[in-house]
Amino acid sequence: MEFFRFKRDIPFMTYARSTTVASLITFILAVFFLATKGLNFGVEFTGGTVIEVHYSQAADPGKVQDQLAKAGFADSSVQNFGTASDVIIRMPLKEGVSSAQLSERVLTALRTDRPQVELRRVEFIGPQVGKELVTDGSIALALVCAGIMAYLAFRFEWRFAVAAIIANLHDVVIILGFFAFFQWEFSLTVLAAVLSVLGYSVNESVVVFDRIRENFRKYKKAGVSEIINNAITSTMSRTIITHGCTEMVVLSMLLFGGETLHNFALALTIGIVFGIYSSVLVSSPIVMWLGASRAHFVKVDGQPQTADAKP
Amino acid sequence: MNRYPRWKYVIILVALVLGLVYSLPNLFGEVPAVQISPANSVAQVNQALLQKVEDTLKQDQLAYQGIVSDVNGVKVRLPDTDTQLKAKDALQHALGDEYTVALNLLSASPQWLASIGALPMYLGLDLRGGVHFLMQVDMKAALNKQLDRQTSDVRNALREAKVPLAGVSREGQSLVVKFRDAELRAQGSEVLRKNMRDMTVAQIDDTRLSCTLTPEALTKFQQAALQQNILTLRNRVNELGVAEPIIQQQGSDRVVVQLPGVQDTAKAKDILGRTASLEIRMVDEEHMDAQSLQNAARGLVPPGDDFYIGGRNAEPLLVKKFVILTGENISNASAGFDGRTNEPAVHINLDTRGARIFSQVTRDNVGKRMAILLIEKGKGEVVTAPVIRQQIDGGQVQITGRMSVKDANDVALLLRAGALAAPMEIIEERTIGPSLGAENIAKGVHSVLWGFIGIAVFMSIYYRVVGLFSTVALACNVLFLVALLSLMQATLTLPGIAAIALTVGMAIDANVLINERIREELRAGHTPHAAIHSGYERAFATILDSNVTNFIAGVALFAYGTGPVRGFAVVLCLGILTSMFSAILVSRALVNLTYGRRRKILHLSI
Repeated sequence: MEFFRFKRDIPFMTYARSTTVASLITFILAVFFLATKGLNFGVEFTGGTVIEVHYSQAADPGKVQDQLAKAGFADSSVQNFGTASDVIIRMPLKEGVSSAQLSERVLTALRTDRPQVELRRVEFIGPQVGKELVTDGSIALALVCAGIMAYLAFRFEWRFAVAAIIANLHDVVIILGFFAFFQWEFSLTVLAAVLSVLGYSVNESVVVFDRIRENFRKYKKAGVSEIINNAITSTMSRTIITHGCTEMVVLSMLLFGGETLHNFALALTIGIVFGIYSSVLVSSPIVMWLGASRAHFVKVDGQPQTADAKP
Repeated sequence: MNRYPRWKYVIILVALVLGLVYSLPNLFGEVPAVQISPANSVAQVNQALLQKVEDTLKQDQLAYQGIVSDVNGVKVRLPDTDTQLKAKDALQHALGDEYTVALNLLSASPQWLASIGALPMYLGLDLRGGVHFLMQVDMKAALNKQLDRQTSDVRNALREAKVPLAGVSREGQSLVVKFRDAELRAQGSEVLRKNMRDMTVAQIDDTRLSCTLTPEALTKFQQAALQQNILTLRNRVNELGVAEPIIQQQGSDRVVVQLPGVQDTAKAKDILGRTASLEIRMVDEEHMDAQSLQNAARGLVPPGDDFYIGGRNAEPLLVKKFVILTGENISNASAGFDGRTNEPAVHINLDTRGARIFSQVTRDNVGKRMAILLIEKGKGEVVTAPVIRQQIDGGQVQITGRMSVKDANDVALLLRAGALAAPMEIIEERTIGPSLGAENIAKGVHSVLWGFIGIAVFMSIYYRVVGLFSTVALACNVLFLVALLSLMQATLTLPGIAAIALTVGMAIDANVLINERIREELRAGHTPHAAIHSGYERAFATILDSNVTNFIAGVALFAYGTGPVRGFAVVLCLGILTSMFSAILVSRALVNLTYGRRRKILHLSI
C-alpha cells in the first residue's frame, strides 16, 4: 500500500511567499490573543488551592458554590470536572489563611449537606512555588532553544539552526495562542507538552534539512529551490505517516487519558499539525532566503563555490 | 550482505531476556501486607521479633502467605485486606509502642524475581494515592533566634573581659554593639574577635561595631537547622505508620514529605506541624515513697505534681509541675564520654539565660533528682531523671548514669530533635485519593494500549511484513522501557505514562524513515538486498539527528522540571535511548533473519 507517490517534485518554494504570509498572520493572531486574553494559568503557576470531590450522584456546581459561599469561601469557583458527579473547586491564595486547614474546612462544609462526598484530590500551591515554576519554565524553554540551535549549527549550518528555531518557536507561540483564545487551562503538564513539541517538531525540520544537504551533494546542477522542493517532496510520505502515527497515540490519550491528560494531548495535537506546516513551509523558505547554498556543504579543492553558482 | 554477525543476535537476545525478566514483576500485581518497623533506635529487628510476629498471627488464627525480614523491618503478606486490617491491630497490640505497624502493598511476584532485584515500577503518588507536602523552613526566623542567642553571648564575652558596653541590638541579619567611646570600641572589637569565632566583627563608626555570621557559619547553621527539622519530621512520620515515607531535603531550605497511601491528611498535617518541646523539672522527692507512688499509679496524684512512668528502667516518678527550663534554652546536645570515669554521657549546652537559672537550681538542690521531659501533643515523656551531684555553672551540663553509648546517642538526638529547629510552613500540598490513583493507572494504560494497537494495525497494513517487523521492534521498545524503569526504580507518574505513550508514537518515526528509504531505493531500481542495506544505512544519520534534538528537550525538562514533569522527562529520555536500540537493531535483525539468507529476494514485502 502506498498513499503518496509523486511523479514530479511539488514546487513548494514558488508558493513560499504566500505560505509564509499565511503563517505570519496566524502567528500575529496568536500573539494578539496572548496579549489581550492572556493564558489561563493553572494553580501550579498562580498559587492557590484546587480541590476535587466526587459525589455519588450528579452534583450541581451552582449549589456547591452557594454552600461554600455560606461557609465563608465566597471567592471560590466551582465547575464540573469530566463527569457530572465530579466537581472541581478552585480557590485563590489568601493572605494569612493556613493551607493546612483549608481543604478540611471545605470538606466539612460540603459534608453538612451531602455526607457522602469523597475527597479525590487536593492541590495547594504557595505563592513562591508558582513564581519559581514560571522562571524555571522560561529557563527550560530558553535552554531547549539554545541546545537545539547549537546542535543544528554544529551538524548543519547556522542558517539551518536559525530557520529551525524560528519555525518551531512559531509553533510554540501558536499553541499558546490557542490556549489563550479558548482559555484552556495552562498547567505544568501542558508546559511539558509544549517543550516536547519543540524537541519533536525540530525532527521534522531535521529530516528535511538532512535531505537538502544530501541533495546538495548529489545534484550538482540543480538550483537551491529545486533542491528544497525535491527534499520536501521525497520526505513528504514519511512526514505524513510519522505524524499520523504520533497523532494516533495522542488521540488515544485524548480519548482515554481523562481530564488530566486532556490538555496535554490538545497541546500536542496542535503542535503536531502546525509542526508539519512550519517545518515544511516556514523553515525551508527561511533557509532559502538566508542564502543556504551548496558551497556550505560541498567543498571543491578547498575553494568554496559562490553562493549563486548556477547549474 | 544483509547478515548480522552472531554476536549481534546474541546481544539482542540477551537484551530481550533481561527486558522480559525485569518487566515481569509488573504483571503480578500487589498483595496486601503489613509492615513492622522499629519505632525507635532501641527496638531491633531480629529472630525474636520474627518469632513473635509469627506467634501472634497463629494465635489469632490469621492466615498469612509469607514473612520476610530485612534491615528495615518485617513484612507479612496477607491474602486479603480484611485479614490485613485484623493483622495490623493484632500485631500493634502485641508489639506495643516500640514498633510501628503499617499497612502496605507488596509485589506478588515470586521470590526469585525479587532476589535478582526485579521489582515492579515505583509508582508516584498520583498513581497510588497519598499525600505530598513541600515544606519551607523559615530560615530567617531560625537565624533571628540564633542571633538573639548570640546577643547574650556577646554581652557575656564583654562582661568577662570587663569592657562596658552601651547596648546590643539585632538589626537585620547582624548584631550592632554600641560602646561609649572609640577606645572601648577598640577593646571590645578585640574581645569579640577572639571570642566570637563564627562571626565577622566590623566597625560601623567610632562607637559601633557590627557582628555578622561568617558565610561558613551561616551555611553550617542552615544545614544543621534543616537536618534537625528532617530528623524531627522523620520521628513524627514514624508515628503515623506509613509504609514507605519519603522525607528529603530539596534545595537549601525545603523539605519534601511524601506519604504514600495516607488518606487522613488532617492527621498527617497535624502530626507534621506539631511543635514538641523539652522541659526540665524537679522530681518531687517528698512524695517519692512507695505509698505515694502506688496511689499515684491509681490516679491519686499529689497536687502540684505529675505522674510519669519513664526513664530507662520504666521507673514510676512524681514530677513537679513547675517548669525550670524549656528546650528553648538548650543550644546544643551531643553524646560523648565522661572525662573522668569514661562512662557514656550526654553533653548539653545551655544559653546564657538557661545557664544562669540552671546554676541557681543546681546550687539549691544538690543530691536531688531532676527530670528531663519531652512534651508532645500535651503528652509528656520522661527522657531521663538524673541526680544532681553539684552546682553546675557556665551552662555546660553533663548527664551520666547507667547509659550505654547507644542510649547516650538517643538522648542527645531526642534533646536535639524533639523540637523543630526552625518554623516550617507547607507551601505545596497534593493529596490523591486511592480510587483516583487506580483510575489514573487505568487511563494511562489504555492510552498506551490503544495508541499502540492503532500504530500496529496501520504499520502492518501499510508496510506489510517489514511493517510487522517494525511493530515487533516497537513492542520491544516498550518492553525495554518498562524493564529499565523497573530496574532503575524511577518514579512513574501519570505524565510518565503519557511519556511512554508519546515514546511509542515518536519511536515509530525511525522505522517509518527506514521503510520509506527502502521503498525509495527499490523505486530507484536497486535490488531488494541493496535497498535494505542502504535504507538502514542512510536513515541512520537522520534518526540520530532527530533523536538528539528530542533528547535535548528531555534533558532541559528534567533539569528545570518539578514533580510530575520530571517523571515525564525521565521516561522521555529513556524512551529515546531504548527506541534507538530497538528501532534500528531489533527490526534489522528480524529483516536479516528473514531475508538475509536468501541469495536473491524476488519480492520484498514492503
